Amino acid sequence: MTRFAHSWHSAALTLAIGVVLLLALPGMVDDFTLIQFTIYAVMAILGVSLGFIWGFGGILCFGQAAFFGLGAYTYAIAVINIGDSTIPFLLAIVVPALFAALLGYVIFYGRLSDVYMGVITLTVTLILFNLVNSTAGPEWKIGSAPLGGFNGIPGIPTLNLPGNPDEVLSQQALFSVSMVCLLVVYAGLRWLIASKLGRVIIAAKENEQRVLLLGYDARLYKLICFTLGGAIAGLAGCLFANWGAFTSPTIFGLAMSAQIIIWVIVGGLGTLVGPVVGCVVIQWLTSQIGTQQVFNSNLVLGAILVVFVLLVPRGIVPSLGDVMAAAWRRRKAPADAPVEAKTGSAPLAPTETAR
Amino acid sequence: MSTPLLETRMLNVRFGGVHATRDVNFSLQENELRCVIGPNGAGKSTFFKLLTGQTKPTSGQILFRGKDISAMQPHHPGQLGIGIKTQVPSLFNGLSVWENVWLSARRTNPKAQADRITRDTLERVGMLSLKDNLAGLLAHGMRQWVEIAVVIAADPALILLDEPAAGMSDAEVARTAELILEINRQHALVVVEHDMSFIRMIAKKVTVLHQGAIVREDTPDKVMADPLVQQIYLGKKAH
Repeated sequence: MTRFAHSWHSAALTLAIGVVLLLALPGMVDDFTLIQFTIYAVMAILGVSLGFIWGFGGILCFGQAAFFGLGAYTYAIAVINIGDSTIPFLLAIVVPALFAALLGYVIFYGRLSDVYMGVITLTVTLILFNLVNSTAGPEWKIGSAPLGGFNGIPGIPTLNLPGNPDEVLSQQALFSVSMVCLLVVYAGLRWLIASKLGRVIIAAKENEQRVLLLGYDARLYKLICFTLGGAIAGLAGCLFANWGAFTSPTIFGLAMSAQIIIWVIVGGLGTLVGPVVGCVVIQWLTSQIGTQQVFNSNLVLGAILVVFVLLVPRGIVPSLGDVMAAAWRRRKAPADAPVEAKTGSAPLAPTETAR
Repeated sequence: MSTPLLETRMLNVRFGGVHATRDVNFSLQENELRCVIGPNGAGKSTFFKLLTGQTKPTSGQILFRGKDISAMQPHHPGQLGIGIKTQVPSLFNGLSVWENVWLSARRTNPKAQADRITRDTLERVGMLSLKDNLAGLLAHGMRQWVEIAVVIAADPALILLDEPAAGMSDAEVARTAELILEINRQHALVVVEHDMSFIRMIAKKVTVLHQGAIVREDTPDKVMADPLVQQIYLGKKAH
């Protein structure tokens, strides 16, 4: 990882690009395209949630879609019952976070290995899928909200100005809200990663034994990381339910979970921008492939994943970063070639007078 | 005599049919420096794992400042003030030297103080100039010193060092011995080591383990002159 990737400059640059997009896009493109960009932003939040827990916490979750779906359903059910969208919006973050905390507690405090982690998260997603899928009848309702089974919940009231259910946000405003959420999540996670909490999370991924010997309870830090990931995925789910005013069980599906993992791999594991780039590129490609009939889109996506795993295993963002860093060095070299770290010959005697 | 810093009472561990630790009664005073020696398979590593909560005793007690810590979780020793350098180098390879030491100092200290402790500690072991290097790219001897820095940055009451001089050159061994004596001015230490010349440099009292049990406990000279120790530990090539 380059030094730039860890610096405040990269965070500021990313945020600046985000703010420019946030302000400029609504005036530049037509409504249809803006709606496309909105879903890119929403899914990017979901991608970042996995990019964070997997790339920084070392937790490969096959069921990130479960928290996403829970967020969408929580928002839908709560807003139908309550009317004003403020509390449902918050609930859509809190409920998936609590679910993630419960699941994470069992996994981390039960000291289950990585393999079981994958199996459990995958299974929980499928259980939720089947559960929600089989709630078709009119007897399945929470409050006044019918769950709708495989048909999902249509006509979800979308976000309104806080406290004022009549002032429903426009499509442009929803784009802005989604972009702001993405930027806030990005900035928050960058800040977290630089903090003590974040460094312990990364350290626990690197060497859990050493973290324990230092006196940090690694389980707790992993649990916090996992719970945060659940909260962020829930936020994405809430925005998704707003985007189409609709939610259905397919968002709990296997394809959804797999897709998130592909975004992260293609974009670059171990970065926060990578999952955003991967998500946008893959979604854009999917919609482009959808316009022709020659190749099945899943086939093409599978081929892209294979190509990336074999040829660009680190993903788009880290690889691009390497190329740019190399170009930068060539420009500056050889005037101030980096001094290699000395190994072995340095005067390393512990100072005898120190105390 | 005052309460020992560390005490084990009739400590036993069995792994299936293997009796890895037998009736070990070990006692260490505040600010003492003790070396633990023994041939391969004598139970040194198991003894360390017991003291760090990684292995649970089959029977017996471990007391730290008079408090029973036999049932502790792996993250408890660090919180109690027991610092450990394991035999296998275990730094965070993907983090810098500075971050490795900082994480240790930061657990109980506010940020500014952790920064200061990190700087002081790296200076003390002579590694400050390499603070921005990735720990994974360091040479072996330097890794050992960074590991020692990680341990002392947490300011533990007791430091356990498992083979701190393993794989070092003669010059590095001598420097490590100096460093250990210097650390001993403020901290109690238990050092597990194979290298006899290294033990002569640092030890005042040596505990000899054999087949899981303590067989001798004395000054280095007396221990090495002991016929039993020569037989079980040094074999025929006694000095």
